[in-house]
Amino acid sequence: MRLDTILRIVAKIFIPFILMFGLYVQLHGDFGPGGGFQAGVIVAAGIILYGIIYGINAAQRAVPPGLVEAMMPLGVAIFAGVGIAGFFTGRNYLDYSNLMHGDMVHGQHWGVFLVEIGVLVTVSSTMLAIFYAFAGRGRE
Amino acid sequence: MEQLINMVLLTLLALITFGIIRVRNLFAVVVLTSAYSFLMASVMMVLDAVDVAMTEASVGAGISTVLALGALYLTKTEEAEPRYSPLLPAVVAGTTGAVLIFGTLDLPPFGSADTPLNTHVGADYLARNMAETDIPNVVTSVLASYRGFDTLGETTVVFTAGIGVLMLLKRWRKAERRED
Repeated sequence: MRLDTILRIVAKIFIPFILMFGLYVQLHGDFGPGGGFQAGVIVAAGIILYGIIYGINAAQRAVPPGLVEAMMPLGVAIFAGVGIAGFFTGRNYLDYSNLMHGDMVHGQHWGVFLVEIGVLVTVSSTMLAIFYAFAGRGRE
Repeated sequence: MEQLINMVLLTLLALITFGIIRVRNLFAVVVLTSAYSFLMASVMMVLDAVDVAMTEASVGAGISTVLALGALYLTKTEEAEPRYSPLLPAVVAGTTGAVLIFGTLDLPPFGSADTPLNTHVGADYLARNMAETDIPNVVTSVLASYRGFDTLGETTVVFTAGIGVLMLLKRWRKAERRED
């Protein structure tokens, strides 16, 4: 597939837009449909498309498997860490109301924003790790 | 109009399901399941569940198709002929389906306002949301804030599933390398 010019060019044009759309879905999740999970899948899909067209080695050079494996627990840690931050601001676990010094709405915004980033990190890296595991197996 | 769209979508879904059952070429089956997911995403759009539609389109039609194709690459592309008569599984599936349809007869009509779903927590979230979180998309505020525990659990499930797949597939690769 690597010699197919049309696929390569189209993928090259599309991948930045896919990643950009992933970021849009992530950051616009407060106002429109979407959120960390959907954005994570879209970002992973962009990189998987790169891996399918340009080969798994190229994808792993761009996003190393070690980084992907580190991101999987990191996302859960971000989520759980924001929850623990609720304790230190005198609230319950995963209650973001006091995160911004008592400004409840502002605190909720930051809490949701950080938690969604945690979801994005875990979901995108897990999808990529599963893809790497499958694609790497056929090679050997 | 909405009813017409629903009927067309559901008919196509039924046709694709029969196709998936009948076709023995697994590559065609993977493509059909991908089409099924896109149709399902359209159904979700008609039901005004845009977030679910987005997830269905990206996970169902996107990632799982890629993973199924990756799995197909490791095996044969033709489904083996079944060794047993399909009669008993057909009876079990048919009975389960009939029981499920019987169960839906008791459900309130779709979208009716006086259901427990729409009168208790749902209405409460809608009433409190803007004052407490100022996030216009209630789906996001319920998911990430009001039901933060659920979403933390879901993220952990995704993480655990990924770890499980990595343990299965990666150990296999390392063991093989040691043999050479």
